[in-house]
Amino acid sequence: MKQNRFWAWVVFLAGAAYFVVPLAATFEFSLRMRRDYYSFDSYASVFSDPAFQATFSYSVVIGLFAIVMGIVVVVPAVYFVRLRMPWLRPFMEFVTLLPLIIPAIILVYGYIRLYNSSSIIPFTGSALGTDILLVFAYVTLALPYTYRAVDTGMRTIDVQTLTEAAQIAGANTVQIITSIILPNILVAVLSGAFLTFAIVIGEFTIASLLNRPAFGPYLQNIGANRAYEPAALAIISFIITWGAMGMINVLGRFAPRTSARTD
Amino acid sequence: MMIQAPASPAPPRRLSFEWLGVAPFIIFALMFLAFPTLYLLAGAFIGRDGQFTFDNIAALFTDQIIAAYWISIRISGASAILGAAIGLAMALAIIRGRLPAPLRAAVMTFSGVASNFAGVPLAFAFIATLGRLGLVTIILKTVFGLDIYRSGFNLLSFWGLTLTYLYFQIPLMVLIIAPAIDGLKKEWSEAAQILGATPWQFWRYIGLPILWPSVLGTLSLLFANAFGAIATAYGLTGSSLNIVPILLYAQIRGDALQNPGLGAALALGMVLITACANIIYLVISARSERWMK
Repeated sequence: MKQNRFWAWVVFLAGAAYFVVPLAATFEFSLRMRRDYYSFDSYASVFSDPAFQATFSYSVVIGLFAIVMGIVVVVPAVYFVRLRMPWLRPFMEFVTLLPLIIPAIILVYGYIRLYNSSSIIPFTGSALGTDILLVFAYVTLALPYTYRAVDTGMRTIDVQTLTEAAQIAGANTVQIITSIILPNILVAVLSGAFLTFAIVIGEFTIASLLNRPAFGPYLQNIGANRAYEPAALAIISFIITWGAMGMINVLGRFAPRTSARTD
Repeated sequence: MMIQAPASPAPPRRLSFEWLGVAPFIIFALMFLAFPTLYLLAGAFIGRDGQFTFDNIAALFTDQIIAAYWISIRISGASAILGAAIGLAMALAIIRGRLPAPLRAAVMTFSGVASNFAGVPLAFAFIATLGRLGLVTIILKTVFGLDIYRSGFNLLSFWGLTLTYLYFQIPLMVLIIAPAIDGLKKEWSEAAQILGATPWQFWRYIGLPILWPSVLGTLSLLFANAFGAIATAYGLTGSSLNIVPILLYAQIRGDALQNPGLGAALALGMVLITACANIIYLVISARSERWMK
């Protein structure tokens, strides 16, 4: 079995090289803006660019709205399906898989055709309408992950007992969801939220085709016009993704380990 | 329990409450998933005159569009097969290779990050690495005297794009296949060993046959993942590479094919291909779950 371990090291090191070298090369490239020595000029140039600040904050805001809307759409649905309508589960599973089957570019093409300025619901007729459409597009993109995160969270708590206890104490349904269920699955919901954020923050296809001033199209535009800033932006994006994923890992340690009533 | 409370019939108001809770989800799914997609795909069968027609589907069979589908399928296939093979090898190495335990946690975390690090920034990273002025290109040229661009390599090509896509395909494979490898029970390899099997025989007759459905299933997921990807390719090449998503992007942007119906037909072809890949995934993964108890 010694040989086994040798090959494991070989595979691991080769893989590690493939994944680390592009990051190292990108970082090195991002430092080359001055001719003779390394500097962080490209980062300074990126951070002081008003377009960077504007597009980044725009994407953060859209991302936050997408997270909130995702919770509003998914949490009550999962709650009621678990509690009273288990026969709807296969339908939910199927619907939440669809965004993995239908590529984002097809979704946005459909939106542009269906919700154009001369349609019944002219989302793309105004800037605000397009922003709303973008938020829902991102909810759709993140749906497979949000749904699974919430469903997993709901599985670890005893929805039935919590609901009955709250009802006996006189809580209404809205109170049960917002102040009993939601706090109990907070870790799962937040994991879904960070994943949503990681997906949404640099998204290019939908934002670009809806013509919104988001971070993804800005990245593409910089890539086409500048030399060193793209490398700096790639490093920044990687750190953001790492941060979001790191938060999910940290949150995982706080996840409740109780199991649901099995009857 | 002494007294069984009589099961009180639910007041009729609660039924509407249930539906009120599920309604946002259903309305959302109809408005932002079902209707737009169906409306778009139906457009593939409607001609300029508003009548039902197969002309748009027939018009797909031009050299340019066939070539676009073909190179898309090749890139997706190559990055899926290589991604699955390398990802499986890496997952086996960190889980079954008796490497230090912290390595496994590090690889899993990194996989979570890298599988989401797709799109324009990934394209930037590979331009800085293997582009004409990239670090690796320059090191190969100055230290080893190997000019990869002169010997035919180009980042904006089949292999360049495949190599770039592997950066998110391999980690995705590691993430999905790791639970399946964890499901291989220790007793199985011990039993095989006691019966005199070599490690190679164990993998050939026990390990891989059990993992096979998961591997095949993930393969189709990786294929669909690459097939629909556009941001990475667009960031690398602009609109110069003739793959289906980029062709469709150009069509949406400026009616590059000069026929909206043809754009819809192009979309229909994409959905059919990714749907096929995913149906294979669902069928196979349902079958492979039998072993994961």
